[in-house]
Amino acid sequence: MALLSVSDINVYYGAIHAIKGVSFEVNEGEVVTLIGANGAGKSTTLKTISGLLHPKTGGVEFQEKSLLGVKPHKIVEMGLAHVPEGRRVFLQMSVEENLEMGAYTRPGSEVDPGLEKVYAQFPRLKERRKQTAGTLSGGEQQMLAMGRALMSSPRLLMLDEPSMGLAPILVDQIFDIIQSLHKAGTTILLVEQNAQMALSVADRGYVLETGKIVTSGTGAELLNDESVKKAYLGG
Amino acid sequence: MSVSKRRAILSMPARYAINGVLMILLVVCLQALTASGALTGYYTKILILVGINIILAVSLNVATGYLGQLPLGHAGFMAVGGYTSGIFLKSVDVGQASGGQYVFYVIAAIVLSGIVAAVFGILIGIPALRLKGDYLAIITLGFGEIIRVVITNIDSVLGFDFTYGASGLKRIPKVTNVLNVALCIILTCLVIHMVMKSRHGRAILSIRENEIAAESCGVNTTYYKVMAFTISAFFAGVAGCLYAGNLGSLQPGGFGFMKSIEILVMVVLGGMGSMLGSILSAGVLTVLPEALRGFSEYRMVVYSAVLILMMIFKPTGLLGDYDFSLSRILERIGIGRKPQKKEAAK
Repeated sequence: MALLSVSDINVYYGAIHAIKGVSFEVNEGEVVTLIGANGAGKSTTLKTISGLLHPKTGGVEFQEKSLLGVKPHKIVEMGLAHVPEGRRVFLQMSVEENLEMGAYTRPGSEVDPGLEKVYAQFPRLKERRKQTAGTLSGGEQQMLAMGRALMSSPRLLMLDEPSMGLAPILVDQIFDIIQSLHKAGTTILLVEQNAQMALSVADRGYVLETGKIVTSGTGAELLNDESVKKAYLGG
Repeated sequence: MSVSKRRAILSMPARYAINGVLMILLVVCLQALTASGALTGYYTKILILVGINIILAVSLNVATGYLGQLPLGHAGFMAVGGYTSGIFLKSVDVGQASGGQYVFYVIAAIVLSGIVAAVFGILIGIPALRLKGDYLAIITLGFGEIIRVVITNIDSVLGFDFTYGASGLKRIPKVTNVLNVALCIILTCLVIHMVMKSRHGRAILSIRENEIAAESCGVNTTYYKVMAFTISAFFAGVAGCLYAGNLGSLQPGGFGFMKSIEILVMVVLGGMGSMLGSILSAGVLTVLPEALRGFSEYRMVVYSAVLILMMIFKPTGLLGDYDFSLSRILERIGIGRKPQKKEAAK
């Protein structure tokens, strides 16, 4: 049984039919990516899973429990962490306070071990832990947002466009981190516009186009797929 | 490789004990001053007014400074508290009550007006807090005005003698004195301080910083927004009760939009998110118009000029988000344990 299974969801923004019958699965330990152009419905899908939007029809199951109608904060408690698009960190709090907020749903005794784990993964954050988050660079803020999500010890980590607006060298760093998280056994659902990078780290991928899944396969298959190459990888 | 935490210089009970002693001293001093007659009636009145404004500013600061919203209906909650206590105190005939009973009635009036105002806070907060920014400002402004208009007209519509409409609720027993104002300030600050230092406080602050991020951390944002708003309304109600017991009469006109703005100005001038800032600026902005009474034609000009200059040169307010910390002061003058060497961040 899959860790997360999304079955035939339809999501509307008012009259606009944004997601048209999308189904996919994420298994324990996998990195799965959703790729697609702007407006394909990638972020909408993630928001639906984390309870910020509600599908009109269809189902979302996490660890065999339905997430429909469950409040967003309850979903975080169930072990599903969402790193929202655009590096939403608490700008006026210090790095460490940001991370502590990440453990908000966990008992206090887990904070210190969690911090150590995150600092081991992101040594840069440890260097800057007393700094306010607003003074960090874009890449560091992205790391902080990811570290904060890891503080809730999630079963599944959902990353929404972690490479957005970052310099290429930082994009490489972020994807290195995703790979090392994967090696450490974290299950990741990755939404990306940068299809090349996303597919190179992913076990499996789904291609979204105007609210529908048009292709799916393993990362390597999609990288070599002619239509995917044409549409997303620049020929 | 242990993660070092900010360590307290003094243990928690010790700090509470020192703060407690200071507060008792303050209250005893105030009591001695009024009892000995050193404080004339005029100064006592100003002192009480300062105290009521402190409670109003500190309570509004919860919604404005800590939660980061801009409610403009604070005077409405104050009115609810004021009328609740006014009606209650008149109905129980406090004047005839014996010592113990009297104290009980006063406490009951304060608590009751806080609770009724808090209930209104919840009722208004649930719909209003779905909105943000200017929309929230306008909807709370609307609710504040609704409360005022209802108080003005409810008697003539329903045929009661309840709020006495525009002519005002009169002959409310004057139960407010320096002592109970001081105690209410201390309790207000203590409760708000403890809430803000708890995990609930952290959740409220995280909503101010970034609501989406707070939600993705598992903070129940709706719950905490309503909670902060309700705490804010509760203490506004308490302030309203003291206000009623100070003046002895209430008129709905006194709780208009300008009163809400007046309180907001105190919070902004003091520094949003700073409790000490709210306290200081409530004091300054209450005393300033009195002190300038001699130049009565110019005092509103000076008052406005102070505000404009403040916003130009220090838009974060008097104190920014700095807050008073006893342990920090003790540390500076060298009392108490030395702070532990923080491990050098490499």
